[in-house]
Amino acid sequence: MKLLQTVIHEIESASELDKIINENDNVMVCCGRMGPMCVPVYDTMEELEEERPNIKFYSMAFDTPEATPIRTAPMCRNFMGLPFTVYYKNGEMVEATSSIQNRNQITTILDKHFSE
Amino acid sequence: MDEIYDVMILGAGAAGLTAGIYSSRAKLNTLILNDGAIGGQLVLTNEIANYPGVETTKGFVLANTMKKQAKDFGCKIKSNIKVAEYHLEGDVKSVKLDDGREFHARSVILAPGGRPRSLNIPGEDEFKGTGVSYCSTCDGEFFTDKELIVVGGGNSALEEAVALTKYATKITIVHQFDHFQAFEHAVREAKNNPKINFVMESEPRAFFGEEKLNRVKVEHLPTGETSEINVDGVFIFVGYLPNTESLKGHVQLNERNEIVVDTEMKTNVPGVFAAGDCIVKRYRQVTTAVADGTIAALSVAEYIRNAK
Repeated sequence: MKLLQTVIHEIESASELDKIINENDNVMVCCGRMGPMCVPVYDTMEELEEERPNIKFYSMAFDTPEATPIRTAPMCRNFMGLPFTVYYKNGEMVEATSSIQNRNQITTILDKHFSE
Repeated sequence: MDEIYDVMILGAGAAGLTAGIYSSRAKLNTLILNDGAIGGQLVLTNEIANYPGVETTKGFVLANTMKKQAKDFGCKIKSNIKVAEYHLEGDVKSVKLDDGREFHARSVILAPGGRPRSLNIPGEDEFKGTGVSYCSTCDGEFFTDKELIVVGGGNSALEEAVALTKYATKITIVHQFDHFQAFEHAVREAKNNPKINFVMESEPRAFFGEEKLNRVKVEHLPTGETSEINVDGVFIFVGYLPNTESLKGHVQLNERNEIVVDTEMKTNVPGVFAAGDCIVKRYRQVTTAVADGTIAALSVAEYIRNAK
């Protein structure tokens, strides 16, 4: 069941997340709520989705048990701020950030890991 | 020359979107250029309970509705842009973006808004998301059974401190003055809460920790003495700054970098108006931003009419 209201596709299950990261080279997932720290990140991803066709952009609801693989990921173990934004390269989590990020912070990570 | 708009609005917060709604509805050819998330501070507000005529709603919902209204009236919106150059003098104003694109208009409404003030002390950026937070609604539950510091003495700081007592075992409010700027009811509620204590006339100087924040260095301002407080998290609510740095030298700003306007939202430059959190005023609310945007758009309509 969809819990967010994002334009980018919302991942609804752990199995869907697993399938996506294994079928796509470059994946960014913002795991959050419809809150003030999360919405600006979804908005930026919505714009980047048009500009960066080599990357797949997704949202996922933080409060669903299905998001456990992100909430409990080693890279997120000290996180205490929403959203948890994670980046997968060839199925492996290569970067993770906590709390709000601006466009420059996001594109810096995208350029670092997902440059064509 | 490329297309010349009737009005170019710089900023898409509550003021900019409202100006866009009014000017496009008045059949003025309107362009909004926005640096950042559409909605501005509105989307950073979790719940809005005092917007007249609208029952308690989410900030992003109100922002999305305003954006849709503006677009439905024909307003064009381009977001995530950066203005590199302003040319605000003369009958046709123009801005040049950092990607080289230029836009022209007969009038301009400056509505760049504001941003939460940060402390700019060592460790603040490093521990953002691992102990330093700016949103209790978003991050409060991560601090269940933890000890916190809340920095600030305005309504936001005191109200958020009270809200955080749902989670934290102890909250220390650190404030630079010997009194609070918050409304009396907010002060009373905080003072009556047994989980909250106060460190007055003091400011944080640095954040420390290993992988996450674990202590804060605080200076007592009258004596200059410093001490360290062991905490699990810090929530910062120390006001807002106007986003006007790039406008210095283009329009008149006051000593706090707020744009000086008259009652019709006119700046000192003919054809250039301003609205919202960036202007000189005391109260910064969604409703006051909406009012500013309305006045600016109506003033622009008159300016355009008189110019023809």
